[in-house]
Amino acid sequence: MTSLVLLDHDGNAIKQPARSAVAAALKLGEVHVLVAGTNSAGAAAAAAKLPGVTKVLVADSPAVDHALAEPLAALLVALAPAYTHLFAASTAAGKNVMPRAAALLDAQPISDIAGVVDADTFIRPIYAGNALATVKSSDKIKVLTVRAASFDPIPADGGSAATETVSVADAPSISRFVSAELSKSERPELTAARVVISGGRGMQNGENFKLIEPIADKLGAAVGASRAAVDAGFVPNDYQVGQTGKIVAPELYVAVGISGAIQHLAGMKDSKVIVAINKDEEAPIFQVADYGLVADLFAALPELNAELDKPAE
Amino acid sequence: MKIIVPVKRVVDYNVKVRVKSDGTGVETAGVKMSMNPFDEIAVEEAVRLKEKGVATEIVAVSLGVAACQETIRTALAMGADRGILVETDVDLQPLAVAKLLKAIVAKEDPKLVILGKQAIDDDMNATGQMLAALLGWPQGTFASKVVIEGDALTVTREVDGGLETLAMTLPAIITTDLRLNEPRYASLPNIMKARKKPIETVKPADLGVDPAPRLTVVSVAEPPKRQAGQKVGSVAELVQKLRTEAKVI
Ligand SMILES: Cc1cc2nc3c(=O)[nH]c(=O)nc-3n(C[C@H](O)[C@H](O)[C@H](O)COP(=O)(O)OP(=O)(O)OC[C@H]3O[C@@H](n4cnc5c(N)ncnc54)[C@H](O)[C@@H]3O)c2cc1C
Ligand SMILES: Nc1ncnc2c1ncn2[C@@H]1O[C@H](COP(=O)(O)O)[C@@H](O)[C@H]1O
Repeated sequence: MTSLVLLDHDGNAIKQPARSAVAAALKLGEVHVLVAGTNSAGAAAAAAKLPGVTKVLVADSPAVDHALAEPLAALLVALAPAYTHLFAASTAAGKNVMPRAAALLDAQPISDIAGVVDADTFIRPIYAGNALATVKSSDKIKVLTVRAASFDPIPADGGSAATETVSVADAPSISRFVSAELSKSERPELTAARVVISGGRGMQNGENFKLIEPIADKLGAAVGASRAAVDAGFVPNDYQVGQTGKIVAPELYVAVGISGAIQHLAGMKDSKVIVAINKDEEAPIFQVADYGLVADLFAALPELNAELDKPAE
Repeated sequence: MKIIVPVKRVVDYNVKVRVKSDGTGVETAGVKMSMNPFDEIAVEEAVRLKEKGVATEIVAVSLGVAACQETIRTALAMGADRGILVETDVDLQPLAVAKLLKAIVAKEDPKLVILGKQAIDDDMNATGQMLAALLGWPQGTFASKVVIEGDALTVTREVDGGLETLAMTLPAIITTDLRLNEPRYASLPNIMKARKKPIETVKPADLGVDPAPRLTVVSVAEPPKRQAGQKVGSVAELVQKLRTEAKVI
């Protein structure tokens, strides 16, 4: 039983959610990984160091740059016969390509798993995480995406896997990458951060997120948001935490001016410690918060910023 | 050009579902059902394309029990022209839905299928990608902007780091993200008109598809509940507790 894990990478490093996907795959046995795209020698070298991984497949071809779903799915299908399971993290790229590969293999994908029971049986959240389904697959090759927040990532270093080049059929792609507008931030990525501070509709506008930023910097936190804050244009779409945004499970999650709709809770309720700051003491967010502060955020945030400067007693 | 929009009947997004005590699933009896919110966005996009003169006909398709008729009616009231119900009591999973939709595409010959990115009941986020694979069509998933000029389709997608734009040629598959548009409410006259629009009913066997599920549900359980927390009286108390009690900062 050998699994193949498609790795998310930036050319140099392996993304943390992909290391969680490897952690999930390692529960079943031997693991090979796939690094696709040109200029990814750095990522391939980083992949070889992942502890527990026994082989790195490198597809150094422009056809699979930008993780385009059509050629990447074809590549996965070509590699699939050697494997019992194909894994990827539930990232935008993983969610885009894995179901496509699954359909070509006549398999029903098992999306966003939060637990591995055995080689055929997996646990996955349904209904915005309000229920956990244990499902058993009857497919020959299982195709899975992994909820990174549910599996501790394996360390980035410690292994020494062999590297092998795989060829990519150079059929003309039926879709073409045009451009990307990626938000730049010095802060940690939402799905990898130890601390996340999210703002909601209560923030009133994008300018007011400046009240969150110095606090985020002091805590080494990523900044997130509710759907309402994203829809209103306060912050970019990739800040959205929730059922249909990013799923996070940091050590500390701070929700500011967020009511706590089921769809938002779905994305953060597995955080270790939850803090809520909301002026409405009836807000549902308080039902999941370990520490609730009923306060006007416009007073509380500057105060919090100042308090963090004071030395711990 | 013709557009097909698959619309799924799901438990309304405002309902907090309850796991059945025997652990076989969630309670759906007597629960409010609605069109999957992402599919409303898909219908809206199709209707806008028709209003712009890009599309000529919109066919709403729902797969499942007879009551999915209601979901199709909602789509018709929003502006779809006719409906197809693929009626079955089988628990349909994305692979089966994709196969059934492929058969419908073969009959209807649309240039575009717009699906939701995710059904909010099974949270699979798979059907659009799978249909694209089975048809050999390009896919523009998680779309926040769609531009069509002739046979050229440009899709802006919501990805983890921000936005990405892809170009492809029709026929193609689009799946909708939340910010593609704001779906309209059906007006009363349009709801009345929708009653007269045709809905055809077919069975999976008519389409030559075996819809049997590949995933067996072993059990459905309630997720672990969080312990009730405490209210703190001040920011200073909050910071002190985070430092000394929770030890997270
Ligand atoms: C298909 C679908 C998918 C969805 N996916 C997501 C998702 O992934 N993520 C997500 O977040 N939502 C999602 N939603 C939306 C969700 O249902 C809620 O509408 C949304 O989370 C509300 O955001 P909010 O809490 O910021 O806004 P509101 O519900 O408007 O809450 C604002 C809160 O701010 C508080 N407030 C206001 N002013 C102040 C102040 N001065 N000081 C302190 N507190 C203040 C208020 O008391 C209130 O509790 C989805 C909805 C649908 C239908
Ligand atoms: N039974 C169904 N009837 C109609 N459309 C469906 C059905 N199942 C899935 N879909 C479509 O596929 C999308 C994604 O669903 P899923 O892959 O289950 O998350 C939905 O938003 C619908 O557009």
